[in-house]
Amino acid sequence: MSEVAAAITLAHREEWARVVATLARRFGDLDIAEDATSEAFAIAVERWPADGVPPNPGGWLTTTAGRKAIDLVRRENKRDSKHREAMMIFDDEPAGPPGAIDDDRLRLIFTCCHPALALETRVALTLRMVGGLAVDEIARVLLVEPSAMARRITRAKVKIREAGIPFRVPAPDDLPERVSGVLAVLFLVFNEGYLATGPDTDPIRDDLTTEAIRLTRLIRELMPDDGEVIGLLAMMLLIEARRAARVSMDGELVTIDEQDRGAWNRALIAEGHALVRERLNAGMAPGRYQILAAINAVHTSAPGIRDTDWSQVLALYDHLVQLDPSPVIALNRAIALAEVDGPEVALATVDRLEAPLNGYHAFHAARADILRRLGRGSDAREAYDRAIQLSGNAAETAYLARRRDQLAG
Amino acid sequence: MQYLISVVDDGQAEAAGSDLSASAAEDAAIDVFNEQLRTDGYWVFAGGLGGPVGATVVDNRGETPIISDGPFLESKEYLAGFWIIEAPDLDVALRLAAGGSKACNRKIEVRPFLQP
Repeated sequence: MSEVAAAITLAHREEWARVVATLARRFGDLDIAEDATSEAFAIAVERWPADGVPPNPGGWLTTTAGRKAIDLVRRENKRDSKHREAMMIFDDEPAGPPGAIDDDRLRLIFTCCHPALALETRVALTLRMVGGLAVDEIARVLLVEPSAMARRITRAKVKIREAGIPFRVPAPDDLPERVSGVLAVLFLVFNEGYLATGPDTDPIRDDLTTEAIRLTRLIRELMPDDGEVIGLLAMMLLIEARRAARVSMDGELVTIDEQDRGAWNRALIAEGHALVRERLNAGMAPGRYQILAAINAVHTSAPGIRDTDWSQVLALYDHLVQLDPSPVIALNRAIALAEVDGPEVALATVDRLEAPLNGYHAFHAARADILRRLGRGSDAREAYDRAIQLSGNAAETAYLARRRDQLAG
Repeated sequence: MQYLISVVDDGQAEAAGSDLSASAAEDAAIDVFNEQLRTDGYWVFAGGLGGPVGATVVDNRGETPIISDGPFLESKEYLAGFWIIEAPDLDVALRLAAGGSKACNRKIEVRPFLQP
């Protein structure tokens, strides 16, 4: 890649959210902010190769996008454009005190993740406005037609404008709940990358996991004291660290007990462990992401699967079940229980979860594994079949099929 | 901005054997909530509606008005009442709607009026 192209890529990664956020505050309109920002980047692609990369790319992009936004407002010639123009002039001062721009990015994130928007819409809008992904890319990510994705994003912008969704950080009373709404969006993006669905997609979408981590890092920068933000980041890093070992050469999922631990990313593990320690030292009751991070820290601390401190994992799941009594958490707890109290005890627990989880591939996969260990071959085979039928991930299907075919009898 | 807060009765009044949507306890809670709206300056207007049994649909888009008995949409859920509030943004409107939903013990829809 040429130096200019690299500079544009870097500016896109570093400055996109900042420029959109600044414009959204100045013009009070997400649509204008988005259009003007993409135009500014298009102009950079055209001009920078000839004129050279400006000394302050972020400043250049913000100024250029600001001019484009003024053009857009004038061209729009709507009934409220006079009002907007007046506001623009009033607000066209140099940026406020240091940190004010970061606040704009935070406002942007909270607006995109507003609870009055549907969850899929929040994900799409966050990837577009904060992540800077193109509409086509987001459509691919979320497995919908590009035209449908464009309509969804347009509708969301209309709703934000017409319903009066504010561009600001929520009131302190609402903050914990709204932060957890933002984290849920990032977790969803990460999870889709971690175990991608669809027969034609890569089993692990590192573009998605990387983007989720990047955005979570950004939120951590903006809200450095929030324990759950740190917990989510640590959890993502500790899972991401194992990425290279999670799929075999033949495209088969490799479960943690069979992974080559030498292929784990030591730098990410060290960073994740440091974050978990930071939260332990804070001495505050951990939320669900902090507990999930701690569970991943136990796994990544063990030199081999036999060294895993399963009783510690189980204790953490016991704690997590108190905070989040969902059947999926109970299922994961049962997997740890199988290691501590044996497969027989675990099977009884798993079977109690059948009603809520019967349509969930991981339920049947966990059950199949436990039945296999109990030597119940034909029951295990049935459970593997069901898991394969329900799993949307090619690597996981390959793994389950191999395990099924290895069953005796 | 002004928001319409619609109260949705999903058949619970009928289930309770009443023609009126709100029970006496609900009415009392609504009075308290309304008083607070006035005190805090959000109040514009509010009212409870009679049941769908009293509804008549009029369509005068053609030559002569066509009048028909019943609501325009036959459904188990119906509009039982509404508030119109003045609020700076959706966050405030949603917070008030949450209070309203609690007071009238019904599901609620929040919609902005078109900006003048």
